[in-house]
Amino acid sequence: MATFSSTIRVPQTSKGGGGTPPPVRGGGDGGRGDGDPDYGRRLRRVRVGLAIGLTSVVMIFVSLTSAYIVRRGLPTFDDHTGTYIQDWIPVQLPLALLLINTALLAASSLTAEFARRQITRQAALAPVRSIPGVSLGQESGFPWLALTVVLGLGFLTGQWLAWRELAERGFYLATSASSSFVYLLTAVHGVHLLGGILVLLYAATVSLLHKPVEGRRIVVDVTAWYWHFMFVLWLGIFALLWFVR
Amino acid sequence: MGLALLVIIWLITFFSTYFFVAQTWWLPHGAAKAAAFIDGQFALTYILMGIVFVAAQGALGYLVWKYRASANNGPVGYSHGNTKLELIWTTLTAILFIGLNLMGSHVWASERFDPAGPGSVPVEVTGMQFAWYFRYPGADGKYGRTEPKLMDPSAGSEAAVGLDTTDPAAKDDIVTGTMYLPVNREVDLTLRAVDVIHSFFVPSFRFKQDAVPGLIIHMHFTPTEIGEYEIACAELCGLGHYKMHGMVHVVSQEDFDKWLAAREAEKQ
Amino acid sequence: MVAQDAHAHAGPQGFIRKYVFSLDHKVIGLQYYFLALSAVFVGMFLSLLMRIHMIWPTAILPIIGEIKPETYLQLLTMHGTIMVFFVLTTAPQSGFGNYFLPIQIGAPDMAFPVLNMLSFWTTFVAYMVLLAAFFVTGGAPLHGWTGYAPLSALTNSGPGEQLGADLWITSIAIFCIASLMGALNFITTVLDLRCKGMTMMRMPLTCWSWFITAILGLLAFGVLLSAGILLLLDRNLGTSFYVPLVVVNGQIMGHKGGSPLLWQHLFWFFGHPEVYIAILPGMGVASQLLSTFARKPIFGYKAMVYALMAIGVLGFGVWGHHMFMSGMSPYSAFAFSIMTMAIGVPSAIKTFNWLGTLYKAKIRFQTPMLYAIGFVSLFVSGGLSGPFLAQPVLDIPLHDTAFVVGHFHLIMGVAAIFGMFAGTYYWFPKMFGRMMNESLGRIHFVITLIGTYCIFMPMHYLGMAGQPRRYSQFTELAYLQNLMPLNRFITYAAIVTVAAQLIFVINLFWSMFKGPKATDNPWEATTLEWTTATPPPHDNFGGHTPVVYHGPYEYSVPGAAKDYIMQTDPAGVPTH
Repeated sequence: MATFSSTIRVPQTSKGGGGTPPPVRGGGDGGRGDGDPDYGRRLRRVRVGLAIGLTSVVMIFVSLTSAYIVRRGLPTFDDHTGTYIQDWIPVQLPLALLLINTALLAASSLTAEFARRQITRQAALAPVRSIPGVSLGQESGFPWLALTVVLGLGFLTGQWLAWRELAERGFYLATSASSSFVYLLTAVHGVHLLGGILVLLYAATVSLLHKPVEGRRIVVDVTAWYWHFMFVLWLGIFALLWFVR
Repeated sequence: MGLALLVIIWLITFFSTYFFVAQTWWLPHGAAKAAAFIDGQFALTYILMGIVFVAAQGALGYLVWKYRASANNGPVGYSHGNTKLELIWTTLTAILFIGLNLMGSHVWASERFDPAGPGSVPVEVTGMQFAWYFRYPGADGKYGRTEPKLMDPSAGSEAAVGLDTTDPAAKDDIVTGTMYLPVNREVDLTLRAVDVIHSFFVPSFRFKQDAVPGLIIHMHFTPTEIGEYEIACAELCGLGHYKMHGMVHVVSQEDFDKWLAAREAEKQ
Repeated sequence: MVAQDAHAHAGPQGFIRKYVFSLDHKVIGLQYYFLALSAVFVGMFLSLLMRIHMIWPTAILPIIGEIKPETYLQLLTMHGTIMVFFVLTTAPQSGFGNYFLPIQIGAPDMAFPVLNMLSFWTTFVAYMVLLAAFFVTGGAPLHGWTGYAPLSALTNSGPGEQLGADLWITSIAIFCIASLMGALNFITTVLDLRCKGMTMMRMPLTCWSWFITAILGLLAFGVLLSAGILLLLDRNLGTSFYVPLVVVNGQIMGHKGGSPLLWQHLFWFFGHPEVYIAILPGMGVASQLLSTFARKPIFGYKAMVYALMAIGVLGFGVWGHHMFMSGMSPYSAFAFSIMTMAIGVPSAIKTFNWLGTLYKAKIRFQTPMLYAIGFVSLFVSGGLSGPFLAQPVLDIPLHDTAFVVGHFHLIMGVAAIFGMFAGTYYWFPKMFGRMMNESLGRIHFVITLIGTYCIFMPMHYLGMAGQPRRYSQFTELAYLQNLMPLNRFITYAAIVTVAAQLIFVINLFWSMFKGPKATDNPWEATTLEWTTATPPPHDNFGGHTPVVYHGPYEYSVPGAAKDYIMQTDPAGVPTH
């Protein structure tokens, strides 16, 4: 058998895989991948992938945090006095606003978790539903996913407002080392959170297109875990910026 | 092919080692106090590494020849390894490598952990794209203030380092483009950079230290032979990196005093 | 879903789905490999121009014209960047690893095929962005592949430090993301997709090397990404992460309080693991080939695995040895130097084990084996100059001289490349169904081995004599004049050696179309890629999943019928 030509033509599966699972072959496979019937295994694999991927995100924030801490303690040579001086200016953070944002993100983590459990239940019940004659009633679930997106966008808006407040207090990106770090850390976190929002939007869209729930569950499950990580990460960043200012 | 490999590997080993042993191209003659220590540690390292080099390459060449398939050496010595052997050579290697490092560490300590001693000659070296400037603090022993906004390389040495002539301590500072040092006296070096990282490298003194903007770095060394020694910049600093060189003149104490006096006179 | 044929589902149809945006790890592996091949020729061409300029600084070359000092530095910067990222981090890991990791562990593909496809195309975009730096106003940056600040952080520190430098940083940032995606895929694949019987300690050493390399990349590239972001901010938005108050040509720049050493710490925290990323896959290939062609199990498989792990772990603790002269605390320097000597130990163990594999063996000298043997020789040579540089007090005369250039080129620029050659000649039959030409292979090997030694061994002598690195010419310092004959020798050796690489290219492309047809297992090797068809079918194993019964190096088992027992062969093997 040659690699690049095949005499066997199998009609392409639709995007995201079909409905009834084909005979179990085991293992992830090539192609679009969603044809793999063993969703349990696939979920585990994607979760492992997420954990590994989040390690690299941790390294980004570890490096930025260590740069922050070292810079804070580093004296700068001042030509006027001919000595080293400490030039770290604590940033006046808009604490109330940041606490509100934190609450929004916490709430969104909660709703993300409800969305995750909701679709897990739906996925568990899907085989039951497919038994002819069985009706479990239409499950019009609460739109937890949509709510998570809204709360996430709320958080990002709140962060942007916090930036505006910082600017009003005279702290711009290049004002001081400390202000540079505040903007940098919140921006890098915000970019990652936006990535999570985009994936959630994708998950929401995909559900409207009636893709199989098992596949959708994987997307929502992994994104929810990612979302929780983003929340804990935010707590870490906030704690750093506040307690080590 | 086994024989060819043995010959090639052994010849490469031979020629590489030959030029080391013959010192055809070698460290320049050492003219500072640290040179003896550093060269000694260098010799120890290259002898030990040389032995390992010859042994390893020699073994490789020999083994690929001796155990070539066409040689009919009998059955293959099927084995997955030998734990005892592994432990032995791991321990020996660790002792060799770490021992070698520890042996040289006292030299590093004396060069870098301690500041210059009393009675040393203070000189400040400032690196900028693409020249070195040398400042002597004069009779008061204090360096005058420098101001970034006074820095103007096109207006002479004092302006290049931004000397603030209104500062009383600056009045007797001497700034030149050539370095003069008295022989056999420790130098208390202050290293600065104005724009990007440079590196003050005098091969004959076995001295090298990066000059970093934002840092005032204190170093010391002691020249031991009268002569002229070239300074090379040893950290990429821009298009003129290759020509950012200078000269150190090591002279007798008398000649050094005369030179300083002549520079002071020029300032009037 | 429609009922499937017994041979699993077929590959995609159509040129774009099959060859451009393929999700098949084998196609993606080849895409990476050919990207690296193109990059290595660009990189070699740049280095040839550099070497010519060093000995004839005022020469006017055809088409290119005169090479000014700044141009030399731009060539140097791009040479290093292209070679380190788009050759050494790409072919050994993403090229061969992508193609053969899944097959060697008995999997039908990587864990995340779509991510795999995306990581290749992201790498490709990074490559294009980097090359674009040559063509913008000001040209490519001149700050070296190490990009030290403030030189790289100030837009007026030299030609090419404007848009060219921004493109350079952007390219590297994109490359970081691509590498992280690849690392994720490799690690998940090893953890989750091994077939039945393929325990971790039965994986070929190539798989172990790809696995540990991926972990190194996972932990290191994020730090480089951070470093790059900070640099972009300093350059474009006026922050002062890296730049203190500086005056460039009489002009005070608007920065204050930054630390140039911060860049070095972040860069080298990535940079040191990076060089292990470059060499570990080559070590895996060397182990694999030495065992296969010596017809003997690898000596000390477990020790080899632990050595790989030790190199990986220790590799994160030695970055300061690039900074002994930087103004860093001399006490830290001492700590880093002890760690650096320690990391020499697992490397030595591997070398002893390679030699042990050859002892009482029955060595066959086909071309892949020649390169594996060459790898060991070069690794010894390049490795043994390490203990000089690892001692801070010896680093004083040797730092930033040609000695360092000789050291890292022997290891990365030659040994790692030999690992790639070895892998190419070894796996070519499986990938393309044909054999490469042995005579051309031998000639290429001999010229390249001798040629690269002639280029890089003399650099150690030049370094000891005090020749600094990154000098566009040596006309300004009197003490360098008597080194010019040796510099000329190196340049001539380089011209010959680069020209000889055409032999490899000709062999490669000719054999792809006209080479003699290969059998499924021409080397009589034991690992899983040799159990399947040549070239492998779309899902690697033609519908069934292999089952593994023992380790990968069962050669010359006493009492066995043949001198090799494949991993899938249930025949009895002495327990170990």
